[in-house]
Amino acid sequence: MNTGDLQVSDNPDWDSGTAELGHLLKPGELDLSHKVVLYLEDITVSFDGFRALNSLSLAIDSGELRCIIGPNGAGKTTMMDVITGKTRPDEGRAFFGQTLDLTRLSEPEIAHAGIGRKFQKPTIFENHTVFENLELAMKTDKRVWRSLRAMLDSAAGDRIAATLQTIRLTAHADRLAGLLSHGQKQWLEIGMLLMQEPKLLLLDEPVAGMTDEETERTGELFLSLAGQHSLVVVEHDMAFVKQLGGTVTVLHEGSVLAEGSLEEVQADARVIEVYLGR
Amino acid sequence: MSSSPARTPFIVRLGRSFDARSWLLVGLFAAFALIAVPVMHLLLPPENPLHLSTYFITLTGKILCYAIVAVAMDLIWGYGGILSLGHGLFFALGGYTFGMYLMRQIGRDGSYQSDLPDFMVFLDWQQLPWFWAGSEHFLWVVLLVLVVPALIAFIFGYFAFRSRIKGVYFSIITQALTYAAMLLFFRNETGFGGNNGFTDFKRILGYSITAPETRVVLFALSALALIGTLLLARFLVTSKFGRILTAIRDAESRVMFIGYNPLWYKLFVWTLSAMLCAIAGALYVPQVGIINPSEMAVANSIEIAIWVAVGGRGTLIGAVIGAFIVNLAKSWFTVSFPEYWLFFLGTLFIVSTLWLPQGVVGLYRRLRAGVGRETAGDASAADVPRSLRGVTDGVDARAVGGESLPAAKGARA
Repeated sequence: MNTGDLQVSDNPDWDSGTAELGHLLKPGELDLSHKVVLYLEDITVSFDGFRALNSLSLAIDSGELRCIIGPNGAGKTTMMDVITGKTRPDEGRAFFGQTLDLTRLSEPEIAHAGIGRKFQKPTIFENHTVFENLELAMKTDKRVWRSLRAMLDSAAGDRIAATLQTIRLTAHADRLAGLLSHGQKQWLEIGMLLMQEPKLLLLDEPVAGMTDEETERTGELFLSLAGQHSLVVVEHDMAFVKQLGGTVTVLHEGSVLAEGSLEEVQADARVIEVYLGR
Repeated sequence: MSSSPARTPFIVRLGRSFDARSWLLVGLFAAFALIAVPVMHLLLPPENPLHLSTYFITLTGKILCYAIVAVAMDLIWGYGGILSLGHGLFFALGGYTFGMYLMRQIGRDGSYQSDLPDFMVFLDWQQLPWFWAGSEHFLWVVLLVLVVPALIAFIFGYFAFRSRIKGVYFSIITQALTYAAMLLFFRNETGFGGNNGFTDFKRILGYSITAPETRVVLFALSALALIGTLLLARFLVTSKFGRILTAIRDAESRVMFIGYNPLWYKLFVWTLSAMLCAIAGALYVPQVGIINPSEMAVANSIEIAIWVAVGGRGTLIGAVIGAFIVNLAKSWFTVSFPEYWLFFLGTLFIVSTLWLPQGVVGLYRRLRAGVGRETAGDASAADVPRSLRGVTDGVDARAVGGESLPAAKGARA
């Protein structure tokens, strides 16, 4: 360490900000150097005096598959709104990786940084075909000028075909998405998330309305994604949560009530009282 | 992000955005407007049954301009889901801007034989206001026609879309905008001739504005502008941009969460739409010979929406058909039964909303689908979906256009 008269220009390491951190900071890019992909601290959101989130703190590790459970009104969807930029918190900090302040970015910017979101109610483009839904979601330059000139190359076509395989909608590629069954719509929306290549996937009740078989296949898909991606799954279906394994966070009245494995939280007296015991 | 090494040239993509039958129709229309009409108007004597009257030329020329506005409206409303009830403003602004040039072309032939337009002499003005500077130059004014309404649309649209104003609120604000502009243009001090507006034009580029040849040229230019507008609009709605635009219409939040910023998409199509209206207005004024603030009246803008609704939203060609149906009916009614026109217009709107949600084009498609079902069996039955087939061939099936949007399919009809 240079302790004398420090001349910034004499020290290239210092100049680029890498001397002590040991890695290069790139503005606007996800920095996972501390193994935390999502970091929420003391987030509070009030709607007309009602505290939807009450100093909620939560950290998700890179590659983790986290399940979030909690009774209705516990603040699960509001939490996703905060993470994706739809709702600005009144207080608290929200970081994606080490550097990206989610409270300052717009929804498209957050999506671009690498957070994908599946809504509770499947939200797809009903008047577009399944293929087109995936095409629009694909990770690419999403500015107007690029879209005017965009043509599908074969690599992109292959990616869409592969995703169609994964979500088992190959045979429906040219159908209007609005004509799919509820479970298929859920899968299409998951497929759109995959096309985005996000680092972090937020999935709000992804298996609602699915058959048992579809639910199990979805679980397998999520397990195969974990590691490469980080997943946050909000779910009521305990069998599904059990299948996913991993850490479970229980939300209640806008803050974290308990955290641990499913067995641990199911054994927790407070959790039983507010949620499972009812 | 990465562009493929060999990009398909724009002209090829444009060519693919229509199918063969549509290109044939476009060609026939062009041949009619650019060759048949001039011949039938200028060369055939008035006694000949095929002679086209001056009345036909001016009426049809006027409606061609309206049709451009209707297509511009369909782009933002039918595809973008943005209902503007103030689009008459951009039409009128284009007309006023070009009208400045026409006023200057009068020269000293006005009632006061002054270099200034008559209304300025009447108001005892000594010199042209600053914004009239250069208005004697044709090219400068054409540039202003393209830039000024677009700039106003861009600024208004930026703030409206950034504030996420949507639906009926947006419609009301556009109404207020055109109404405010109308009040402004009614004032003499604004410098656009007050409630009389601009009229008594004499020349355009030195040619007499009432000469049959001039009329035919203006008619042909309007027809060309309409063809150009349709080609551009068709290209847009069959491109990825168009698919994003309809996606914004249907599920804007989903579009945002997959990383597109709807603001720029809406703003682009909104500004483009305003520009097309301004071009139409600039072609309209020399043909009808007058522009005044009543063009900015709220009722005019609402009528534009009715044209599109009657013809069929989200079909492009429906907008053209709607503009022709409603305006031909209007010119007949206002001569034969002037007092019933508004009742007819209202009835038309109610009927098309209640029974023809897809307008005339939708009706045609339903009839044809009904006939098709009786005559031919289903011939699809290929096991590989069409989009994937295209991909595996290494050819972009999507760019071939036709089979993407259900709404766009009708444009071939």
